[in-house]
Parts: sequence; structure tokens; C-alpha cells
Amino acid sequence: MSEHIVSPKIYLVIFLTLMAGTAATVWAAYHNFGAFNIVIALAIATFKATLVVLYFMHARYSPKRTQLVIVCSIFWLAIMLVLTLADYRTRGMHESRLAPPSNSNLVRA
Amino acid sequence: MHRTGELYGHFETLEQQKDSAALGMWIFLVTEVLFFGGLFLTYTINRHAFSVAFGAASNTLDLKLGGGNTVVLILSSLTMAMAVWSAQVGKKQWVSIFLIATLGLGTIFLGVKVIEYKQKFDHHLIPGSSFDMRYHSEHPGPNDDPKEIAAEKEELEKAFAVDPDINAHAQLYFSLYFGMTGLHALHMIVGAGLLLWLIKGSFAGRYTPQYNTPVEIVGLYWHFVDIVWIYLFPLLYLIDRHQ
Repeated sequence: MSEHIVSPKIYLVIFLTLMAGTAATVWAAYHNFGAFNIVIALAIATFKATLVVLYFMHARYSPKRTQLVIVCSIFWLAIMLVLTLADYRTRGMHESRLAPPSNSNLVRA
Repeated sequence: MHRTGELYGHFETLEQQKDSAALGMWIFLVTEVLFFGGLFLTYTINRHAFSVAFGAASNTLDLKLGGGNTVVLILSSLTMAMAVWSAQVGKKQWVSIFLIATLGLGTIFLGVKVIEYKQKFDHHLIPGSSFDMRYHSEHPGPNDDPKEIAAEKEELEKAFAVDPDINAHAQLYFSLYFGMTGLHALHMIVGAGLLLWLIKGSFAGRYTPQYNTPVEIVGLYWHFVDIVWIYLFPLLYLIDRHQ
């Protein structure tokens, strides 16, 4: 198995796509999409990050065990984000001895 | 340790050695993802709780400087990728040129960050006893456009009407702003040190199509730092620009 060399042409296309993504992020931020502003911003950022990982960081051409490590990092990050936010978003939804004090700013925030 | 050229004794081939090094770097980057992930989580919870203050504080950032820095950093990722490519195809001179370009762009990024931080000091937007969101609109500089100051004042008063405790809540935003961009900048400084080391090696002609592992591994680190900024830019600069 020989090493895969990514051509400068692909690097340039990825770079231009990342630039277009940056322009799209700024454009979208100046328009009111209500609750979707943050969704659009994160979707574009994730798209850009994916391109960097796949091409600049050669993940697409890496051995499967390296790809597994990358997927694991996303999975562990998801555990941290989802479980913590699920906790915060559901606090104070029903009375409980475990509920935080009602004067906490974070309750029902 | 037994070593033949660049190949250490416990590896069969240079390629196996390179794959192992990349795997090790990725495992380090997993810990970095979780490290920055914790900060992004803190940011999310506080932004949700204090959205008005976070919006008003975010609008004090200079979009031209932040956006320009985004372009500079992504361009530095391109030159880093090109340095790896130059080593892979044996263009030794271009390895040095692209590494120096990457270091130059990284330095520009850090310089712009210094200008941005200085502005926040001048405008009393550093968390602490003299923090005051109104300071800048009440003490405008000689170069400030009076119309912009009036608009800033109006926007700020609206925010104060919704959240009277905005000075307290905006300090949370700026603590996260300086914490996250500061840690990102610290990673850039470490990256700049690694680039200097690579540049020294490239002058000695150390990186060849057979052996370019250090360039590849520092490249992984540099691109990761770029990814962190790809998330920081919209989350810190673009919270509430559409009003």
C-alpha cells in the first residue's frame, strides 16, 4: 500500500469552498432566520470542519483505525453535549427534591 | 534505540511508522476536541440563559478584523497542506517556502488578535471592577463616527431595558471570549514554535518523499487549530448581527 498524495488542485478547491462557506456564514448572520440563525451557522461550520478533516488532514485516505479514532472523538463529544444540555433543558420541568433553587437564572432559561 | 536512517527499530517500514505517528497525534487531538468541547458547552448554556447580553456583547467585536483573521487562518491551512505536498513530491525548496508562509500568516493572525484585545481594554470590556458596556458610547474616541456612536447607544439602551443586569451577564460573555480565543491563541503560539522547528529541518533538507512525518503531524495540529477557529468565529462574532 503506497501513500496517497492529494493534488494541489484538490487543496485549492477545498480552500475556495472554505472561503465561500465563510462568506455564506457572514451573509446568513445579517439575515433574520429566527431560531434557525444558529442552526445555519453551526451547519456551515460543521461542513467546513468536515472538509478540513477529510482533505487537509487526509482522513479520507487514512487507515481505518485512524478513521475510527476520529469518529470516536465526535461520539464522545456528542455524549458530553447531549447529556449535559438534556440536563439543563429539563431542569425545573417538574417539582422534585433534586430541582435547583427557583431563583437560579439557569432554570427555564 | 536501534535506528536505520529515519526508521526506528520497532517499526517494519517508514509508512507503518508514519501511520502510527498520525494515529498518536489523532488520539491527542481527541483529547483536544473534548477540552474545547467543554468550553463550547459552557458557552452554549450561558448564551441560552443570557441571550440579550451575549448578543449586545458580541456586537462590540470588530467583524472586519474577525472575518479577515478567518481568511488568514484558512489560507495558512492551505499553505500548510501545500508544505506537506511539497515534501511528498520532493520539492525541498517549496517545503521551506510554504512553511515560512504558514508561520507568517499565523503571526498576522496573532497580531490582529492583539489589536482586538487592546480595543477591548480601551473600551472597558475586560471582566472586572471597571467593566462597563456603556463606557465606549459615553467616551467615544476622536476617530469614532458620531452616527455610529448614537446607534450603538440606542441599541445598548434597548438591551438594558430587557436585561437590566446586562453588565454582569456581558462579563460572562467576555470571560468566555477571552478564555476561548486566548486558549486558541496559545495553541497558535505552540504551533508557531513547531513551525520554526520544521523550518529549521527543511533548511537542512530533512523532509523527503520517503520521510516527511514531522511535517504531516504538525500539519494535523495546525489544521485542528483552524477547525477550532471555524467554530469560534460564528459563535463569538455573529450572535446578533441581523437586528
